[in-house]
Amino acid sequence: MSATAATLRPNAFDAAAARARCLKFRRRILDISQQVQALHIGSAYSCTEIVDCVYYGLMQRKPDGEFLDTFLMSKGHGCMIQYTILEDLGLLTRADLDAYCTPDGKLGVHPDYGNPGIVAATGSLGHGLSMAVGMALAERSNRTGANIYTVLSDGEVQEGSTWEAVLMASSLGCRNIVAFVDYNNFQSLGKTSDTHPSFYPLVEKFSAFGWESVEVPGHDSGALYEAVMQRHGDKPFMVVARTTKGKGVSYMENVPIWHYRSPSKDEYAQAARELEAMKL
Amino acid sequence: MRNTFSEALYLAATKNPKIYIVVADISPAGSMAKFSTQYPDRFINVGVAEQSMIGISAGLALKGCRPFAYTIATFSLYRPFEMVRDDLCYQNLPVTVVGMGAGAIYSTLGGTHHTQEDIAIAGAIPNMQIIAPCDPLECTDATTWCADKSSGPTYLRIGKAGEPVLTKDAAEPWRFGKIRYLRKGTDVCVLSYGVIMKKAADLANRLQAQGKSVSLASVHTMKPLDREGIADALRHHKKVVVIEEHAPQGGLAPQTKQIAWDIKAKCSLYTFTLQDAFIHNYGSHDDLLRAHGICTDRIHAAIA
Repeated sequence: MSATAATLRPNAFDAAAARARCLKFRRRILDISQQVQALHIGSAYSCTEIVDCVYYGLMQRKPDGEFLDTFLMSKGHGCMIQYTILEDLGLLTRADLDAYCTPDGKLGVHPDYGNPGIVAATGSLGHGLSMAVGMALAERSNRTGANIYTVLSDGEVQEGSTWEAVLMASSLGCRNIVAFVDYNNFQSLGKTSDTHPSFYPLVEKFSAFGWESVEVPGHDSGALYEAVMQRHGDKPFMVVARTTKGKGVSYMENVPIWHYRSPSKDEYAQAARELEAMKL
Repeated sequence: MRNTFSEALYLAATKNPKIYIVVADISPAGSMAKFSTQYPDRFINVGVAEQSMIGISAGLALKGCRPFAYTIATFSLYRPFEMVRDDLCYQNLPVTVVGMGAGAIYSTLGGTHHTQEDIAIAGAIPNMQIIAPCDPLECTDATTWCADKSSGPTYLRIGKAGEPVLTKDAAEPWRFGKIRYLRKGTDVCVLSYGVIMKKAADLANRLQAQGKSVSLASVHTMKPLDREGIADALRHHKKVVVIEEHAPQGGLAPQTKQIAWDIKAKCSLYTFTLQDAFIHNYGSHDDLLRAHGICTDRIHAAIA
């Protein structure tokens, strides 16, 4: 679907600029990790390119510069990447992020409704997609032309409530929903493909439920952008984004403990070196 | 009561384009047909998917709409409980969760269809408001208030069908958050809410026939509870009787006792609730209530 005349969106998505931003965001998250005991670093690194692509490539803006579209982080535990992007966009301040998880701060481990740029409290999994459907229906009724973007974790797709929403989004014709599954094949207790082999294949499941769905390499910003821009637009759209949990830091990649843990001083230094050398 | 609910909601929707109804394969009869025909965009049937019913309602409210989520009480509150808590109450959204056929009204459908702990459960959630109208007229007032005035989540506990009108000549109008005297006396005050108010009215009639001066009040707003109003009732009557179709915990009975303690009330206080037990009986609504000790004869004898 193309942007309407009244809305503004970049004509082309600069994948090189996206890589530079994503490196900056990963570095910022790594720095914040040194202030706290835990922050779901692996989950944020997994969906860094996805959330960056939504904010910097896909979301339409109104003529006054405000976002017309909505981004809802359904996998709330990945919100460090959203915080860093909101900081970059000026919606959150550096002081907000520096006070992360402290008594004086307003940002916690999960996104909280009411904070700037945060449209829903999604600490509990399986809530986001239904809320996205409600938002999409409201936008459609009001003929705003706005889209709702959301990112789900693959673990979250195991929630029955997610499938209720998958069924309803297509049954109600919510073609203004673009959702991503951060398909990193890991959840707290291990590899999803080991614990839930029947979870696969994913694209076919969403297609069978009436969505348009494609699988895309989830750390390839250009591919993510193209996939969404080339959708037919007559159904809700689900991008199954193949990702690596902890992407960018060797000892974090695909190691479940980094779902939640913060790096030690030495680990921090190694991570910083590896991020600088990161090739995508 | 559900017919008057749907009529009131339809009227509200004709005036306010932000009113939506999200139902889970159960539709209130009467005016809902008009609603769904005239406003198909604002009548959403999610099917048998109650978690989605609440989540979609939350999403609509996050975009400025005022949705009503509607199904049988057990399925509107218990099944999607975490969505009610997180999506509606934590985010403090103006969504009305309608629990239709609450209490033991579905008397032949078994315990899976009874809500005997809904006030306690809904009342425990911060931000949640609870309204339980006692007759079709109060249901209209409550529905209109939820549609036009409420700024946060509300659990609207309503009956099913056939409830008698009890408030036509009420001594006071319906006001959110205030107990409402249907008649005023000085000896005995009977407090109740919801469709069981009919039994409270029967009891009041009997006492009056015996020459007592009787108050009868509808405690339609169960949260925030009108503590001052109840304290007044406790202060100004010799006997106060609470009758409710709810478990002994978390409803009107224990809260009235708490208020009585707090104000050092001098009156006698009698409470009649469902027992802390599931109901395994079948039969009429009255049959089920009687099985848990709620019948006018027994209550009348107990407070003599």
